[in-house]
Amino acid sequence: METIHTDVLVIGGGLAGLRAGLAARKRGQQVIILSLVPPKRSHSAAAQGGMQASLGNAARGGGDNEDVHFEDTVRGSDWGNDQEVARMFVHTAPKAVRELAAWGVPWNRVQQGPHAVVMDGQRVTLTESAAAHGLITARDFGGTKKWRTCYVSDGTGHAMLYAVSDQTIAAGIPVHERMEAVALIHDGGRCYGAIVRNLIDGRLLAYVARATCIATGGFGRIYQSTTNAVINEGIGAAIALETGVVPLGNMEAVQFHPTAIFPAGILVTEGCRGDGGLLRDVDGHRFMPDYEPEKKELASRDVVSRRMEAHIRSGKGVASRYGPHLWLDITLLGAAHIEHKLREVKEICHYFLGIDPARQWIPVRPAQHYSMGGIRTDAHGQAYGLRGLFACGEAACWDLHGFNRLGGNSVAETVVAGMIVGEAIADFCASPDGDMQVSTALVRETWAKASAEFSAIADNRSSEDANQLLRRMQTLMSEQVGIVRQGDQLAAAVAELEQLIQRCRQVGLRTTRAGANPELTTAWRLQRMLKLAQCVAYGALQRTESRGAHFREDYPRRNDAEWLKRTLATWPDGEPTRPRLDYEALDVARMELPPGWRGYGARDAIEHPATALRQAEIEAIRASLGNADRHAVQQALMPYRHLLPPHLRGLNARIGEER
Amino acid sequence: MIPLLRRRPTAGQPRRLTLSILRCNPADPASVPHLQDYELDEADGMTLFIALNDIRAHQDGSLQFDFVCRAGICGSCAMLINGRPGLACRTLTRDLGDHITLAPLPYFELIGDLSVNTGKWMRGTSERLQTWIHSTTPVDLDALEARMEPAEAEAIYELDRCIECGCCIAGCGTAQMREGFVGAVGLNKIARFRLDPRDQRSDADFYELIGDDDGVFGCMSLLGCHDLCPKQLPLQTQIAFLRRKMAALGLR
Ligand SMILES: Cc1cc2nc3c(=O)[nH]c(=O)nc-3n(C[C@H](O)[C@H](O)[C@H](O)COP(=O)(O)OP(=O)(O)OC[C@H]3O[C@@H](n4cnc5c(N)ncnc54)[C@H](O)[C@@H]3O)c2cc1C
Ligand code: SF4
Ligand code: SF4
Ligand code: FES
Repeated sequence: METIHTDVLVIGGGLAGLRAGLAARKRGQQVIILSLVPPKRSHSAAAQGGMQASLGNAARGGGDNEDVHFEDTVRGSDWGNDQEVARMFVHTAPKAVRELAAWGVPWNRVQQGPHAVVMDGQRVTLTESAAAHGLITARDFGGTKKWRTCYVSDGTGHAMLYAVSDQTIAAGIPVHERMEAVALIHDGGRCYGAIVRNLIDGRLLAYVARATCIATGGFGRIYQSTTNAVINEGIGAAIALETGVVPLGNMEAVQFHPTAIFPAGILVTEGCRGDGGLLRDVDGHRFMPDYEPEKKELASRDVVSRRMEAHIRSGKGVASRYGPHLWLDITLLGAAHIEHKLREVKEICHYFLGIDPARQWIPVRPAQHYSMGGIRTDAHGQAYGLRGLFACGEAACWDLHGFNRLGGNSVAETVVAGMIVGEAIADFCASPDGDMQVSTALVRETWAKASAEFSAIADNRSSEDANQLLRRMQTLMSEQVGIVRQGDQLAAAVAELEQLIQRCRQVGLRTTRAGANPELTTAWRLQRMLKLAQCVAYGALQRTESRGAHFREDYPRRNDAEWLKRTLATWPDGEPTRPRLDYEALDVARMELPPGWRGYGARDAIEHPATALRQAEIEAIRASLGNADRHAVQQALMPYRHLLPPHLRGLNARIGEER
Repeated sequence: MIPLLRRRPTAGQPRRLTLSILRCNPADPASVPHLQDYELDEADGMTLFIALNDIRAHQDGSLQFDFVCRAGICGSCAMLINGRPGLACRTLTRDLGDHITLAPLPYFELIGDLSVNTGKWMRGTSERLQTWIHSTTPVDLDALEARMEPAEAEAIYELDRCIECGCCIAGCGTAQMREGFVGAVGLNKIARFRLDPRDQRSDADFYELIGDDDGVFGCMSLLGCHDLCPKQLPLQTQIAFLRRKMAALGLR
């Protein structure tokens, strides 16, 4: 057994993992990053649309600041998120964008003077100020009051990932590519690193570390129709679940994106609608204003996706061999705009559909897109349940997004969380807690257990076929645990997943191959993915309300009185086919923004008893402070700055706002 | 945009496709490179991503290949498609004949079958060419960002779009002959950082990195790279421009 020692082991080479690793390295820790693929190929590269940060440079972003971004994020989450974390995030996002600018990200810039845009189907002229010329500009995204989404044409994630990855190369951080973490080394109280499989030669290694950080991204591939990359199988979250002591938070909170091309599931960015694109039905009718007169195509993703599915079910979908779809029309934006600002969209249409989006409509239907749930952590990224284990990015439930994340808030979260959690990791390593005495027997046993799991599959010649089970799980999740959910369907899904979990223990292989056999990889991952799927399905079955992306047809109202709480799923040893669910209450009495109406979607929530009280308290605090500046008011309502590392506490400069 | 010969979708019977795949497993000492044929029915909108996964799911679970984004964004899936380097995920089978030959990209270390280690080579090249912003100005996280002309930002992005797929290397005569050659991907990166005002390196610094036969003077301007780049980067003009700049410096 080969053993590698390091201070910090980061599992995941996407934006979150790289940025966290960099922060820890800059504090003098020795860091190793693991990745399934070369880090620049991580799924972060696929983020086309942009990154939210309230710079307020663009004309339509005027007056934007942390307070507005905070409110949009909380409303977007349908009050399911952690408001302190949201405050830390909106405060740090401008710093993250500016740091990335200094690292070479070619953010699109403000051009002073008039320019034509399409808004709500109309051509209008906006005039950018001279004072903002050359600063970072922003575009419109769903669910936001201001134009706040900073972007690099439609390759934002690519440009960010390359810049951050290049910084890690500059810092000399080794990235061990084509390596998959397959088990955490732990004793039930502390984490000591991971057992890792080399995806080239198939060997298992032990990485022993003082701190371990999971940044493995989302788990969209448990669904059949998803915008996620094929490597987004959630193994990072799964190995945390496997410990039996680390909970996954809000796994039932799964986001569906309105505009995935049909049927391939490849995303076309929200920027299409942000820039003025329209949704049309079989008759060419623009239907969103019928449902959402105010926000129309730009209501939050959960609302638009649901309206689209409802419209399809009312018979207004366009029939095709693969099922019904709707149209996304960006022809009105003009060829020049599409060529410059939406080129990736143009390429995708050209190569995958054989159409020109400047002249033809794009067939779309909602598909799984984002996992709000993940490894539950505190505000510093420390995972619940195991000391020395951290998580950040899409793999974590830091809980910025609650039950629905806003477009552009995710890549922003990856770098912001990376900055914050990386510091926390360095603090941990520098403290006495960071010292460690690990028993070599524990490392060896964990290695032997993982090794036995692989051999059990590789030596099995049974006819139970992993690919077949995988496809069944994916179909089941898309059909029964999708956008619109219902008690009896969810119960059936849970029951069938229980069977699949039993059956997958018997899977065998058809082929043998020296090195890492892909068939073995698939079969091993399937066993983990099924457990994640069960956390989603079972959590969704139990949550008898609708909140954000979790929509129950049989319980259509948000129920703050009973469900203002976070689901925590653990999978203790001896639980054969279902996780254990616990709940963590959200404290209304400490919220800066107590539950209310989101400003779009239904307006029928069942109120929490403490809401009115807290509302009155907030009004009293505001009144007592008179016209104190906004930072003082905010501080009085819900202090958060002490949670940030000292170098991230400063106020953000903006044009037109004194610092 | 690379123009494509679009075959009309055929009505009635789907085509029967044969994929001849060059297979080899370096982890197995007994393995020798050989072509293996797989047959399958074409489906509407089928890409090589769909076809290869279909084969792996139903015919041969041991077949190795790399896909990540399956959307032409991440650069994982470059391979020789009928002998020409290209991204498999965004190649529609309807644009190819009934018989399709697939082989791994040449030049890069072979992992197995269609999978090659482009990542290792790209990291090495990044380290050698120091492909990051070199600046001694500390970043003030609280202050307004430095201003930049909108057109300048767009011009940098134009060169920043490289996805490190390796197609340009696979199609480059010099790279096949000179092991240390940085290729169009490397030269383009230098052009990108040279253009960026935030990078404080001078032409003399860049000359140190690419002013030899492993760099810009090794390029024979045959331009195999330019036509193969799936992101259609302006490799031809960038390489020519760099060469003029570096030659001028070399003469001094
Ligand atoms: C098509 C698409 C478009 C998007 N557009 C936007 C957008 O415009 N704006 C926005 O804010 N968000 C967007 N998102 C969401 C956003 O891109 C992601 O949430 C974010 O990039 C996730 O980053 P990450 O670092 O957490 O994970 P990832 O970038 O997914 O990286 C995960 C890393 O973990 C590694 N890994 C995984 N498992 C293991 C393991 N077991 N062992 C070792 N390594 C492992 C992988 O190799 C990879 O390096 C988009 C998402 C999709 C799907
Ligand atoms: S021009 Fe020719 S020699 Fe030069 S990098 Fe391109 S392919 Fe290689
Ligand atoms: S320059 Fe083009 S062909 Fe070469 S690696 Fe970059 S994207 Fe690929
Ligand atoms: S799989 Fe990402 S480019 Fe082909």
